[in-house]
Amino acid sequence: MSYVVKVQTSASRMAAIGTAILIPVAFILPLFASRSLLQDLFFIFTMLTLAQWWNLLAGYGGLVSVGQQAFVGMGAYAMFGTVILLGWDPVPSILAGGIVALLLALPTAFFAFRLQGAYFAIGTWVIAEITRLTVAQWKQLGGGTGTSLPRSATRDIMFVDGIKALFDTKTSVARDILAYWLALILVILTIAAIYWLLRTRRGLALAAVRDNLQAARSVGVDPDKIKWLTFLAAAFGTGLTGALIYMQKARISPDAAFSVVDWTAYVIFIVVIGGIGTIEGPILGVIVFLLLQSLLASYGTWYLISLGLIGIIVMLFAPRGLWGLLSDRTGIELFPVQRRLVMNKKLSKEK
Amino acid sequence: MSILSISKLCKSFGFLKVADEISFDVPAGQALGIIGPNGAGKSTLFNLITGNISSDGGQIFFQNEDITQVSPMKRTLSGIGRSFQIPQPFDKLTVFENLLVAGTFGRNLDEAKTTDNCVEILQETGLAKHVNLPAGQLSLLERKRLELARALATNPELLLLDEIAGGLTQGECDSLVATIKSIHEKGVTIIWIEHVLHALTSVVEHLLVLDFGRVIAIGDPGEIMKSKEVREIYLGIEV
Ligand SMILES: Nc1ncnc2c1ncn2[C@@H]1O[C@H](COP(=O)(O)OP(=O)(O)O)[C@@H](O)[C@H]1O
Ligand SMILES: [Mg+2]
Repeated sequence: MSYVVKVQTSASRMAAIGTAILIPVAFILPLFASRSLLQDLFFIFTMLTLAQWWNLLAGYGGLVSVGQQAFVGMGAYAMFGTVILLGWDPVPSILAGGIVALLLALPTAFFAFRLQGAYFAIGTWVIAEITRLTVAQWKQLGGGTGTSLPRSATRDIMFVDGIKALFDTKTSVARDILAYWLALILVILTIAAIYWLLRTRRGLALAAVRDNLQAARSVGVDPDKIKWLTFLAAAFGTGLTGALIYMQKARISPDAAFSVVDWTAYVIFIVVIGGIGTIEGPILGVIVFLLLQSLLASYGTWYLISLGLIGIIVMLFAPRGLWGLLSDRTGIELFPVQRRLVMNKKLSKEK
Repeated sequence: MSILSISKLCKSFGFLKVADEISFDVPAGQALGIIGPNGAGKSTLFNLITGNISSDGGQIFFQNEDITQVSPMKRTLSGIGRSFQIPQPFDKLTVFENLLVAGTFGRNLDEAKTTDNCVEILQETGLAKHVNLPAGQLSLLERKRLELARALATNPELLLLDEIAGGLTQGECDSLVATIKSIHEKGVTIIWIEHVLHALTSVVEHLLVLDFGRVIAIGDPGEIMKSKEVREIYLGIEV
């Protein structure tokens, strides 16, 4: 009997076409868009990148970390360190941020992987706190109060002169455009990398380990290898994002860069309301998050309380998030990973 | 030549001895049945052979290599496949994907290279209608079939089956027996734990009786079923 294995759906083909149109539009957007729109989009892209990595960890890998702020903070501080202490340009320093976050992930995983379930989550948070306290001792980078990128470094960031000439604009606007482009590249590469990973056999292994550890071992999957791979990849991506966020902010402090609320709680909120375990979920989630923020942010504490309540309501009534509701109703999947086996009876008769 | 050789294997859970100096050999190509009352330590013996639990003492040789300290994953790669008594499907993956994981990782092959084999097994085990259904939605009987199918997808040389015939109708049982026979005829060594004795004895050439973690008898099924000790142990089980 003949067969074909299909992954694409008609919706995903449409989505691919849509993406192919959207990406060039997103790249030329600074030509038309206002500065505040670019800043909003920068926020969306960076939060979405963080959310995609956390979703890979928790939604696919079953690794519920609440210590991802360690990698945001470490990436950001490593970026400041290479700029201030080594005199690097901020753009290549972002890469250094990713690499240092990856290095921090090695001991973190070594300790945290010894812990199960809730203890794993607590363990990651403790390690993030230890990292924050340690970085706060780093006097050359301002200790507990933090520091700013030196004017000499921010004045002539790579590409900014070119952008200034191209758009005929001020340095501060050119820097926002650069940050926007970098965030756009980062989110595209992140989604592409994660989607690619899920489509390879490692994606199957990840799902198998998540669904049943014992059985995964018994069919030849090495759960440790797949967990390490996921955790390190997520740390690298999270570190890059942290470095980029703080290149744009140009000012850093340990409390802000290692904030569990900003870099983990919000990110979890985005993934949970959007739909955990899907690539589409965080995309929807970050849009909802931005809307809520612009509606409610002026209410201070009430804003946080309502975020919490909305999160709980979604978890109770739509455990697969808003995207789960939508795709259950419509059957639409934009980033399908399921391998569907289509048996072709006619062909086999002809044979 | 024996494919599996077990020597003085021991395991206790607290004060409960579930493997008490178990020793036996399985010649390559044999089909060995294991019987014994509930709680005798049969499933534990499988878990020890596959490495899902670690032993307290003794040795396990597979194809003349000491695998006592080897990880479950490497044991699978070296050719040991198993089913779980309580089915352990990958719930959110489809039936086909369940086999695909086993086929790619258990044999270290690309997805494309193992798909043919997976499709063949799905048909052989009667799961072809459900290929794209998430495994979590299968009935208990279908889950048991999936256990067998997934174990086969790793292309085992030694196949361990743990109570897969319980609760089947006569017709289903016959077709299961036919499937296992055909696997056996391809040269796969089989160890089968089963309470459904007529199904078991229609396949196996050798029978091992386990009670309180000890090997009570091993040998020709006909002779063993005649032995008084075995009949006493089995009085409660065989109606
Ligand atoms: N992981 C475990 N921890 C503690 N006790 C166990 C464990 N697994 C099995 N047992 C106990 O060991 C004994 C043997 O179990 P098992 O090997 O499943 O028996 P069988 O398959 O022969 O029915 C039972 O009394 C069971 O309760
Ligand atoms: Mg048992």
